Amino acid sequence: MNRRDVLGLGAAAVTATLLAPGLRLIELARARAPEEAATGRRRWGLLIDASKCGDCDACVTACRDENGWDGHGRPATDAQWIRKVTLTDRQTGHVQALPLMCQHCADPPCVDVCPTGASFKRADGIVLVDKHICIGCRYCMMACPYQARSFVHEDVTNQKHHAPRGKGTVESCTLCVHRVDAGGIPACVEACGKNGNKAMVFGDLKDGQSEIARRLARASSLQIRPDLNLNTGVRYQNI
Amino acid sequence: MKAIVAVVAALFTVAALGWALLAYAHSGHDGKKPARVPLPNMATYKGEQCVEPAAEMRRNHMKYILHQRDETMHKGIRTTRHSLKNCINCHADPKTGSVRGKDGFCESCHAYAAVRPDCFSCHSDKPEQEARNTAGVRPAAVRARAAENVRRAVSGKTP
Repeated sequence: MNRRDVLGLGAAAVTATLLAPGLRLIELARARAPEEAATGRRRWGLLIDASKCGDCDACVTACRDENGWDGHGRPATDAQWIRKVTLTDRQTGHVQALPLMCQHCADPPCVDVCPTGASFKRADGIVLVDKHICIGCRYCMMACPYQARSFVHEDVTNQKHHAPRGKGTVESCTLCVHRVDAGGIPACVEACGKNGNKAMVFGDLKDGQSEIARRLARASSLQIRPDLNLNTGVRYQNI
Repeated sequence: MKAIVAVVAALFTVAALGWALLAYAHSGHDGKKPARVPLPNMATYKGEQCVEPAAEMRRNHMKYILHQRDETMHKGIRTTRHSLKNCINCHADPKTGSVRGKDGFCESCHAYAAVRPDCFSCHSDKPEQEARNTAGVRPAAVRARAAENVRRAVSGKTP
Protein backbone atom coordinates (compact mmCIF):
# COMPACT_ATOMS: atom_id res chain seq x y z
CA MET A 1 0.00 0.00 0.00
CA ASN A 2 1.56 3.27 -1.05
CA ARG A 3 1.20 6.74 0.33
CA ARG A 4 -1.60 7.65 -2.06
CA ASP A 5 -3.68 4.62 -1.00
CA VAL A 6 -3.24 5.45 2.66
CA LEU A 7 -4.32 9.04 2.09
CA GLY A 8 -7.27 7.88 0.01
CA LEU A 9 -8.40 5.47 2.69
CA GLY A 10 -8.10 8.19 5.31
CA ALA A 11 -10.19 10.58 3.22
CA ALA A 12 -12.80 7.85 2.64
CA ALA A 13 -12.98 7.18 6.35
CA VAL A 14 -13.43 10.88 7.12
CA THR A 15 -16.14 11.21 4.44
CA ALA A 16 -17.94 8.12 5.70
CA THR A 17 -17.91 9.50 9.23
CA LEU A 18 -19.29 12.83 8.12
CA LEU A 19 -21.85 11.70 5.62
CA ALA A 20 -23.16 8.48 7.12
CA PRO A 21 -26.48 8.88 8.88
CA GLY A 22 -24.66 8.12 12.12
CA LEU A 23 -23.51 11.66 12.74
CA ARG A 24 -23.96 10.85 16.40
CA LEU A 25 -21.31 8.19 16.06
CA ILE A 26 -19.48 9.06 19.25
CA GLU A 27 -22.58 9.12 21.38
CA LEU A 28 -23.81 5.83 20.00
CA ALA A 29 -20.52 4.08 20.48
CA ARG A 30 -20.49 4.98 24.14
CA ALA A 31 -22.52 2.39 25.98
CA ARG A 32 -22.83 3.43 29.59
CA ALA A 33 -19.85 2.38 31.69
CA PRO A 34 -20.48 0.85 35.15
CA GLU A 35 -19.31 4.03 36.90
CA GLU A 36 -21.56 6.25 34.79
CA ALA A 37 -24.93 7.30 36.18
CA ALA A 38 -28.14 6.85 34.20
CA THR A 39 -29.16 10.11 32.54
CA GLY A 40 -32.28 11.71 31.17
CA ARG A 41 -30.79 11.67 27.67
CA ARG A 42 -32.41 8.27 27.36
CA ARG A 43 -35.86 7.01 28.14
CA TRP A 44 -36.30 3.28 28.04
CA GLY A 45 -39.57 1.96 26.75
CA LEU A 46 -41.39 -1.03 25.36
CA LEU A 47 -43.60 -1.41 22.34
CA ILE A 48 -45.97 -4.37 22.31
CA ASP A 49 -47.76 -5.37 19.14
CA ALA A 50 -50.99 -6.93 20.39
CA SER A 51 -51.79 -8.36 16.97
CA LYS A 52 -48.69 -10.55 17.15
CA CYS A 53 -49.09 -11.53 20.78
CA GLY A 54 -50.71 -14.92 20.82
CA ASP A 55 -51.50 -17.68 23.20
CA CYS A 56 -48.05 -18.14 24.72
CA ASP A 57 -46.68 -16.90 28.03
CA ALA A 58 -42.98 -16.90 27.19
CA CYS A 59 -42.60 -13.38 28.58
CA VAL A 60 -44.19 -14.26 31.92
CA THR A 61 -42.11 -17.41 32.33
CA ALA A 62 -38.92 -15.61 31.36
CA CYS A 63 -39.60 -12.81 33.84
CA ARG A 64 -40.32 -15.28 36.61
CA ASP A 65 -37.13 -17.19 35.93
CA GLU A 66 -35.04 -14.07 35.56
CA ASN A 67 -36.25 -12.34 38.70
CA GLY A 68 -37.20 -15.33 40.83
CA TRP A 69 -40.73 -14.33 41.81
CA ASP A 70 -42.00 -17.88 41.74
CA GLY A 71 -45.14 -18.04 43.86
CA HIS A 72 -46.49 -20.37 46.50
CA GLY A 73 -49.54 -21.39 44.48
CA ARG A 74 -51.63 -18.70 46.17
CA PRO A 75 -52.73 -16.43 43.33
CA ALA A 76 -54.43 -13.93 45.63
CA THR A 77 -51.19 -12.98 47.35
CA ASP A 78 -48.37 -14.23 45.12
CA ALA A 79 -46.17 -11.63 43.49
CA GLN A 80 -46.69 -11.05 39.79
CA TRP A 81 -44.46 -8.69 37.86
CA ILE A 82 -46.00 -9.36 34.46
CA ARG A 83 -49.22 -11.08 33.43
CA LYS A 84 -51.16 -11.90 30.32
CA VAL A 85 -54.42 -10.02 30.05
CA THR A 86 -57.22 -11.19 27.77
CA LEU A 87 -59.42 -8.57 26.15
CA THR A 88 -62.78 -9.59 24.77
CA ASP A 89 -64.94 -7.38 22.62
CA ARG A 90 -68.38 -8.20 23.99
CA GLN A 91 -70.16 -7.13 20.83
CA THR A 92 -68.06 -8.97 18.30
CA GLY A 93 -66.54 -11.69 20.44
CA HIS A 94 -63.05 -10.77 19.25
CA VAL A 95 -60.47 -11.96 21.81
CA GLN A 96 -56.99 -10.52 22.18
CA ALA A 97 -54.23 -11.22 24.68
CA LEU A 98 -51.41 -8.94 25.70
CA PRO A 99 -48.79 -8.76 28.42
CA LEU A 100 -49.28 -6.14 31.13
CA MET A 101 -46.62 -4.98 33.53
CA CYS A 102 -45.41 -1.75 35.12
CA GLN A 103 -45.95 0.86 32.39
CA HIS A 104 -42.99 2.97 33.54
CA CYS A 105 -44.98 6.19 33.45
CA ALA A 106 -43.30 9.56 33.03
CA ASP A 107 -45.60 10.84 35.78
CA PRO A 108 -46.03 7.77 37.93
CA PRO A 109 -48.85 7.87 40.51
CA CYS A 110 -46.96 5.34 42.65
CA VAL A 111 -44.17 7.87 43.09
CA ASP A 112 -46.65 10.64 43.92
CA VAL A 113 -48.18 8.72 46.80
CA CYS A 114 -45.10 7.05 48.29
CA PRO A 115 -44.61 8.48 51.79
CA THR A 116 -40.94 7.50 52.10
CA GLY A 117 -39.47 8.09 48.66
CA ALA A 118 -39.00 4.38 48.10
CA SER A 119 -41.02 4.49 44.91
CA PHE A 120 -39.02 6.53 42.44
CA LYS A 121 -38.34 7.11 38.78
CA ARG A 122 -34.78 6.81 37.59
CA ALA A 123 -33.35 9.47 35.31
CA ASP A 124 -33.74 7.17 32.30
CA GLY A 125 -37.44 6.63 32.99
CA ILE A 126 -37.38 3.28 34.77
CA VAL A 127 -39.77 3.25 37.73
CA LEU A 128 -38.43 1.25 40.67
CA VAL A 129 -38.99 0.49 44.34
CA ASP A 130 -36.05 1.09 46.65
CA LYS A 131 -36.80 -1.77 49.02
CA HIS A 132 -34.27 -0.42 51.51
CA ILE A 133 -36.64 2.48 52.11
CA CYS A 134 -39.99 0.77 51.45
CA ILE A 135 -42.07 0.32 54.59
CA GLY A 136 -44.66 -1.88 52.92
CA CYS A 137 -47.60 0.52 53.26
CA ARG A 138 -48.86 -0.41 49.78
CA TYR A 139 -50.18 3.04 48.90
CA CYS A 140 -48.42 2.63 45.54
CA MET A 141 -50.34 -0.58 44.89
CA MET A 142 -53.58 1.28 45.38
CA ALA A 143 -52.44 4.22 43.26
CA CYS A 144 -51.28 2.18 40.27
CA PRO A 145 -54.04 2.07 37.65
CA TYR A 146 -52.47 -1.02 36.06
CA GLN A 147 -52.29 -3.12 39.24
CA ALA A 148 -48.70 -3.72 38.32
CA ARG A 149 -47.30 -3.92 41.82
CA SER A 150 -47.17 -6.80 44.27
CA PHE A 151 -46.51 -7.07 47.96
CA VAL A 152 -44.24 -9.79 49.24
CA HIS A 153 -46.21 -11.52 51.97
CA GLU A 154 -43.85 -14.33 52.85
CA ASP A 155 -40.19 -14.90 53.62
CA VAL A 156 -38.11 -15.30 50.49
CA THR A 157 -35.06 -17.50 50.13
CA ASN A 158 -32.66 -18.20 47.26
CA GLN A 159 -33.16 -14.83 45.67
CA LYS A 160 -31.42 -14.05 42.43
CA HIS A 161 -28.27 -12.00 42.91
CA HIS A 162 -29.49 -9.27 40.60
CA ALA A 163 -33.07 -9.19 41.95
CA PRO A 164 -33.15 -8.92 45.74
CA ARG A 165 -36.64 -9.50 47.17
CA GLY A 166 -37.87 -9.63 50.73
CA LYS A 167 -40.96 -9.91 52.88
CA GLY A 168 -42.74 -6.69 53.70
CA THR A 169 -41.81 -4.73 50.59
CA VAL A 170 -43.58 -3.88 47.36
CA GLU A 171 -42.11 -4.84 44.02
CA SER A 172 -42.85 -4.70 40.33
CA CYS A 173 -41.30 -4.95 36.90
CA THR A 174 -37.88 -3.30 36.91
CA LEU A 175 -37.62 -3.37 33.11
CA CYS A 176 -34.75 -5.77 33.96
CA VAL A 177 -32.69 -2.80 35.03
CA HIS A 178 -29.70 -5.02 35.76
CA ARG A 179 -29.67 -6.18 32.15
CA VAL A 180 -30.34 -2.72 30.74
CA ASP A 181 -27.46 -1.26 32.75
CA ALA A 182 -25.22 -3.94 31.26
CA GLY A 183 -26.29 -3.02 27.72
CA GLY A 184 -28.87 -5.82 27.42
CA ILE A 185 -32.61 -6.06 26.89
CA PRO A 186 -35.32 -7.21 29.33
CA ALA A 187 -35.83 -10.96 29.75
CA CYS A 188 -39.45 -10.79 28.50
CA VAL A 189 -38.43 -9.12 25.24
CA GLU A 190 -35.64 -11.61 24.71
CA ALA A 191 -37.97 -14.54 25.36
CA CYS A 192 -40.69 -13.10 23.13
CA GLY A 193 -38.17 -12.83 20.32
CA LYS A 194 -36.78 -16.31 20.83
CA ASN A 195 -39.71 -18.48 21.93
CA GLY A 196 -42.68 -16.20 21.42
CA ASN A 197 -44.25 -14.25 18.60
CA LYS A 198 -41.77 -11.37 18.39
CA ALA A 199 -44.40 -8.98 19.64
CA MET A 200 -42.17 -6.89 21.92
CA VAL A 201 -39.55 -4.26 21.14
CA PHE A 202 -37.36 -2.61 23.73
CA GLY A 203 -35.39 0.55 23.19
CA ASP A 204 -34.66 4.19 23.80
CA LEU A 205 -37.72 6.33 23.10
CA LYS A 206 -35.58 9.46 22.83
CA ASP A 207 -33.23 8.00 20.21
CA GLY A 208 -34.88 8.76 16.87
CA GLN A 209 -32.78 6.07 15.20
CA SER A 210 -33.83 3.29 17.54
CA GLU A 211 -36.21 0.68 16.24
CA ILE A 212 -38.82 1.43 18.86
CA ALA A 213 -38.85 5.16 18.08
CA ARG A 214 -39.06 4.54 14.34
CA ARG A 215 -41.92 2.11 14.72
CA LEU A 216 -43.76 4.47 17.03
CA ALA A 217 -43.31 7.26 14.51
CA ARG A 218 -44.48 5.07 11.63
CA ALA A 219 -47.72 3.67 12.99
CA SER A 220 -50.24 4.65 15.61
CA SER A 221 -49.87 3.26 19.09
CA LEU A 222 -51.71 3.74 22.32
CA GLN A 223 -51.16 3.94 26.01
CA ILE A 224 -53.46 2.07 28.32
CA ARG A 225 -55.65 4.60 30.15
CA PRO A 226 -54.44 7.59 28.13
CA ASP A 227 -57.04 9.68 29.95
CA LEU A 228 -54.79 9.68 33.02
CA ASN A 229 -52.03 11.54 31.17
CA LEU A 230 -49.30 9.39 32.68
CA ASN A 231 -47.21 9.24 29.50
CA THR A 232 -46.37 5.58 29.80
CA GLY A 233 -43.09 4.12 28.63
CA VAL A 234 -44.86 0.92 27.58
CA ARG A 235 -46.96 1.38 24.47
CA TYR A 236 -49.25 -0.94 22.56
CA GLN A 237 -50.18 -1.29 18.92
CA ASN A 238 -53.14 -2.94 17.21
CA ILE A 239 -55.37 -3.30 20.23
CA MET B 1 -2.78 18.82 110.06
CA LYS B 2 -6.21 17.29 109.61
CA ALA B 3 -6.43 18.89 106.13
CA ILE B 4 -3.10 17.35 105.08
CA VAL B 5 -4.25 13.89 106.20
CA ALA B 6 -7.51 14.32 104.29
CA VAL B 7 -5.71 15.36 101.09
CA VAL B 8 -3.29 12.40 101.36
CA ALA B 9 -6.19 10.02 101.98
CA ALA B 10 -8.06 11.42 98.98
CA LEU B 11 -5.00 11.10 96.75
CA PHE B 12 -4.46 7.55 97.91
CA THR B 13 -8.07 6.63 97.21
CA VAL B 14 -7.89 8.10 93.69
CA ALA B 15 -4.60 6.28 92.98
CA ALA B 16 -5.99 2.99 94.26
CA LEU B 17 -9.14 3.36 92.19
CA GLY B 18 -7.14 4.18 89.10
CA TRP B 19 -4.88 1.18 89.58
CA ALA B 20 -7.85 -1.11 90.13
CA LEU B 21 -9.53 0.20 86.98
CA LEU B 22 -6.37 -0.25 84.93
CA ALA B 23 -5.90 -3.77 86.24
CA TYR B 24 -9.53 -4.58 85.42
CA ALA B 25 -9.28 -3.17 81.94
CA HIS B 26 -6.01 -4.98 81.31
CA SER B 27 -7.27 -8.37 82.53
CA GLY B 28 -9.69 -8.57 79.63
CA HIS B 29 -6.94 -8.31 77.02
CA ASP B 30 -4.24 -10.60 78.31
CA GLY B 31 -5.25 -13.28 75.82
CA LYS B 32 -4.90 -16.11 78.31
CA LYS B 33 -8.29 -15.91 79.90
CA PRO B 34 -11.00 -17.35 77.62
CA ALA B 35 -13.34 -14.63 76.42
CA ARG B 36 -16.92 -14.77 77.57
CA VAL B 37 -18.08 -14.63 73.96
CA PRO B 38 -16.18 -16.61 71.32
CA LEU B 39 -14.22 -14.38 68.95
CA PRO B 40 -15.72 -14.03 65.48
CA ASN B 41 -14.42 -16.00 62.55
CA MET B 42 -12.39 -13.56 60.49
CA ALA B 43 -11.05 -16.04 57.97
CA THR B 44 -10.79 -14.87 54.39
CA TYR B 45 -10.80 -17.30 51.52
CA LYS B 46 -10.01 -15.34 48.40
CA GLY B 47 -7.61 -12.56 47.56
CA GLU B 48 -4.78 -11.11 49.60
CA GLN B 49 -6.16 -7.69 50.34
CA CYS B 50 -9.60 -6.27 50.98
CA VAL B 51 -10.81 -3.34 48.87
CA GLU B 52 -9.85 -1.01 51.73
CA PRO B 53 -7.45 -1.55 54.67
CA ALA B 54 -8.85 -4.05 57.17
CA ALA B 55 -8.98 -1.54 60.03
CA GLU B 56 -10.95 0.87 57.86
CA MET B 57 -13.35 -1.87 56.80
CA ARG B 58 -13.93 -3.03 60.36
CA ARG B 59 -14.98 0.44 61.38
CA ASN B 60 -16.69 1.70 58.21
CA HIS B 61 -17.78 -1.20 55.98
CA MET B 62 -21.43 -0.32 56.44
CA LYS B 63 -20.83 3.24 55.23
CA TYR B 64 -19.21 1.97 52.05
CA ILE B 65 -22.02 -0.52 51.43
CA LEU B 66 -24.71 2.05 52.19
CA HIS B 67 -23.16 4.60 49.85
CA GLN B 68 -22.83 2.03 47.07
CA ARG B 69 -26.40 0.88 47.67
CA ASP B 70 -27.82 4.33 46.99
CA GLU B 71 -25.55 4.94 44.00
CA THR B 72 -26.58 1.66 42.40
CA MET B 73 -30.27 1.80 43.24
CA HIS B 74 -30.98 5.39 42.29
CA LYS B 75 -28.32 6.26 39.72
CA GLY B 76 -27.59 2.88 38.18
CA ILE B 77 -23.88 3.10 39.01
CA ARG B 78 -22.74 -0.48 39.09
CA THR B 79 -19.10 -0.43 40.07
CA THR B 80 -18.23 -3.55 42.02
CA ARG B 81 -15.49 -2.32 44.37
CA HIS B 82 -17.74 -1.49 47.32
CA SER B 83 -20.71 -3.63 46.41
CA LEU B 84 -22.27 -6.20 48.73
CA LYS B 85 -21.84 -8.78 45.98
CA ASN B 86 -18.12 -8.14 46.01
CA CYS B 87 -18.00 -8.66 49.80
CA ILE B 88 -19.84 -11.95 49.49
CA ASN B 89 -17.85 -13.20 46.51
CA CYS B 90 -14.63 -13.01 48.55
CA HIS B 91 -15.81 -13.72 52.07
CA ALA B 92 -18.24 -16.60 51.60
CA ASP B 93 -17.08 -19.78 53.28
CA PRO B 94 -16.32 -22.30 50.52
CA LYS B 95 -17.70 -25.10 52.71
CA THR B 96 -21.11 -23.59 53.34
CA GLY B 97 -21.05 -21.28 50.30
CA SER B 98 -22.36 -18.48 52.48
CA VAL B 99 -21.38 -15.52 54.64
CA ARG B 100 -24.05 -16.52 57.15
CA GLY B 101 -24.17 -19.39 59.59
CA LYS B 102 -22.39 -19.70 62.92
CA ASP B 103 -18.92 -19.27 61.44
CA GLY B 104 -19.97 -17.18 58.45
CA PHE B 105 -17.87 -14.07 57.93
CA CYS B 106 -20.76 -11.61 58.32
CA GLU B 107 -22.86 -13.41 60.86
CA SER B 108 -20.17 -14.47 63.34
CA CYS B 109 -18.86 -10.93 63.69
CA HIS B 110 -22.32 -9.39 63.91
CA ALA B 111 -23.25 -11.92 66.59
CA TYR B 112 -20.11 -10.93 68.49
CA ALA B 113 -21.00 -7.25 68.20
CA ALA B 114 -24.68 -7.93 68.93
CA VAL B 115 -25.77 -6.25 65.68
CA ARG B 116 -28.35 -7.79 63.40
CA PRO B 117 -27.75 -7.03 59.72
CA ASP B 118 -30.91 -7.33 57.63
CA CYS B 119 -29.15 -7.40 54.26
CA PHE B 120 -29.91 -11.07 53.81
CA SER B 121 -33.65 -10.92 54.23
CA CYS B 122 -33.59 -9.70 50.62
CA HIS B 123 -30.07 -10.23 49.27
CA SER B 124 -28.52 -13.58 48.50
CA ASP B 125 -25.82 -14.62 50.98
CA LYS B 126 -24.11 -16.82 48.43
CA PRO B 127 -21.37 -15.83 45.99
CA GLU B 128 -22.23 -15.48 42.35
CA GLN B 129 -21.29 -18.43 40.20
CA GLU B 130 -18.09 -17.91 38.28
CA ALA B 131 -19.94 -18.17 34.98
CA ARG B 132 -22.14 -15.23 35.85
CA ASN B 133 -19.33 -13.20 37.35
CA THR B 134 -20.19 -9.68 36.28
CA ALA B 135 -16.56 -8.65 36.15
CA GLY B 136 -16.12 -10.83 33.08
CA VAL B 137 -19.53 -10.56 31.45
CA ARG B 138 -20.33 -6.89 31.53
CA PRO B 139 -17.43 -5.29 29.70
CA ALA B 140 -17.69 -7.88 26.92
CA ALA B 141 -21.42 -7.22 26.57
CA VAL B 142 -20.84 -3.49 26.59
CA ARG B 143 -18.06 -3.78 24.02
CA ALA B 144 -20.22 -5.95 21.78
CA ARG B 145 -23.08 -3.48 21.95
CA ALA B 146 -20.81 -0.55 21.27
CA ALA B 147 -19.31 -2.32 18.26
CA GLU B 148 -22.79 -3.12 16.98
CA ASN B 149 -23.84 0.50 17.36
CA VAL B 150 -20.81 1.67 15.41
CA ARG B 151 -21.53 -0.81 12.63
CA ARG B 152 -25.12 0.36 12.52
CA ALA B 153 -24.15 4.00 12.41
CA VAL B 154 -21.56 3.51 9.67
CA SER B 155 -23.73 1.31 7.48
CA GLY B 156 -26.77 3.49 8.08
CA LYS B 157 -28.89 0.42 8.66
CA THR B 158 -31.06 -0.25 11.64
CA PRO B 159 -32.04 -3.72 12.72
